[in-house]
Amino acid sequence: MLKRFLTVLTSSVMKKQAMGVSGLMLCGFLVTHLAGNCLIYVGPEAFNTYAHKLVTNPAIYLAEAVLALIFLTHIGLAAKLTIENKIARPTNYYMRQATGRGSTLASSTMPITGLIILIFLILHIIQFKFGPYYEATYDGVVMRDLYRLLIEYFSSPIAVAWYIFCMLALGLHVSHGFWSAFQSIGFNHPKYTPLLQLLSKLYAVAMTVGFSALPIYCYLQGAK
Amino acid sequence: MSHDTDLMTLHLKIWRQKNNKEKGEMVDYTLEKVSPDSSFLEMLDQLNEELVAKGIDPVAFDHDCREGICGMCSLMINGQAHGPEKETTTCQLHMRSFNDGDTVVIEPWRARAFPIHKDLMVDRSAFDKIIEAGGFVSVNTNNAQDANSILVPKENADLAMDAAACIGCAACVASCKNASAMLFVGAKVSQLALLPQGQAEAEQRVLNMVEKMDELGFGNCTNEAECEASCPKGIDISNIARMNREFLKSAVTSKK
Repeated sequence: MLKRFLTVLTSSVMKKQAMGVSGLMLCGFLVTHLAGNCLIYVGPEAFNTYAHKLVTNPAIYLAEAVLALIFLTHIGLAAKLTIENKIARPTNYYMRQATGRGSTLASSTMPITGLIILIFLILHIIQFKFGPYYEATYDGVVMRDLYRLLIEYFSSPIAVAWYIFCMLALGLHVSHGFWSAFQSIGFNHPKYTPLLQLLSKLYAVAMTVGFSALPIYCYLQGAK
Repeated sequence: MSHDTDLMTLHLKIWRQKNNKEKGEMVDYTLEKVSPDSSFLEMLDQLNEELVAKGIDPVAFDHDCREGICGMCSLMINGQAHGPEKETTTCQLHMRSFNDGDTVVIEPWRARAFPIHKDLMVDRSAFDKIIEAGGFVSVNTNNAQDANSILVPKENADLAMDAAACIGCAACVASCKNASAMLFVGAKVSQLALLPQGQAEAEQRVLNMVEKMDELGFGNCTNEAECEASCPKGIDISNIARMNREFLKSAVTSKK
């Protein structure tokens, strides 16, 4: 019984389902992250106070640990599945041509866009979470001035361009990943799957445009 | 009947490999006077006749019924499983799909689970092993019961028939960039899961078949649907989703 349990747990189908579920959770994280970041438009005080309340809440450690676990599951499984898939075809075809009726640019570049997002993620955490520390005081409370860091960092057009490039990769990744997660879990419906695929594209555009607008805004604010 | 003026000259690039041990290579052949009315396999027959006349070992390829129903023919033609036409097996593909002077690249299915026998012939017994793991309904043979004693809703019967159209040719594995067999297994799980007769063993069937598929070294599905696009029987990936949910259901309810 334990052997069966382990075979089931490590099976291709289960790995794909874990990939899909963790991916959907990350999609949810993107929405909350974007919503929080939109406070940048309100002003330095609103954004810094939000960030301060977030990191001073004791539950942040648990939330960060869970988030890290979701990321590691998704990244670890992606690496394992990609390697297994390469091994499954030891000799490549001399000639390969897509039918044009199946794979898309988004679906065929999942490991590449995933890798770009991973590199971005590591740099993003180093640059902001562990980046230069400035202080600001609002109503007598001393807190980190993340807003200033953003304005400084995005004063470079190269930083803005790199950020947007990564968000395009993110958009491409989730445009296939979002609906694909449902397929992996076992949800496929003649009526709802086409809707889900459309929703997947809309979600991808919303994330790419939503996140890309932030550095552009910061750049324009800094240029003032 | 085609006229002599319609006859084509083709430049063929074919994978030649003596056996499973030796390394293979792409070999160029020029074949003249190919009728646009001939089938793809008849074109290869024509090439082989020429090769035999010259004392060269003919190109080995799989085929049987040549009617598009047995699933024996394979071939990766110009980088596409069963060639460029939709829902068409290699044997049903005709040379009118090509033009005079074309270069045609012909390769065997490539997957770790399908070792090459010779030239374009691959060993697809991995599929048989998956079926042996559970792709059947155990019945005690006796008098056939009345056909109407088990009622099947029309929608389910149609979906089961769509899945059962799979001829096991393995174009799904060949066209998948991950060499995944999930469309094949999905179709075989579905055709029985949709019918009352398949219910009794449904739980163990999906677990056993997926376990065998993984053990044989097929890749993992990334939902690109190239399998669906290449399937000569038009089997769609909703069958993979059905397998995924049958698997999840069985994983949590299985008593074994």
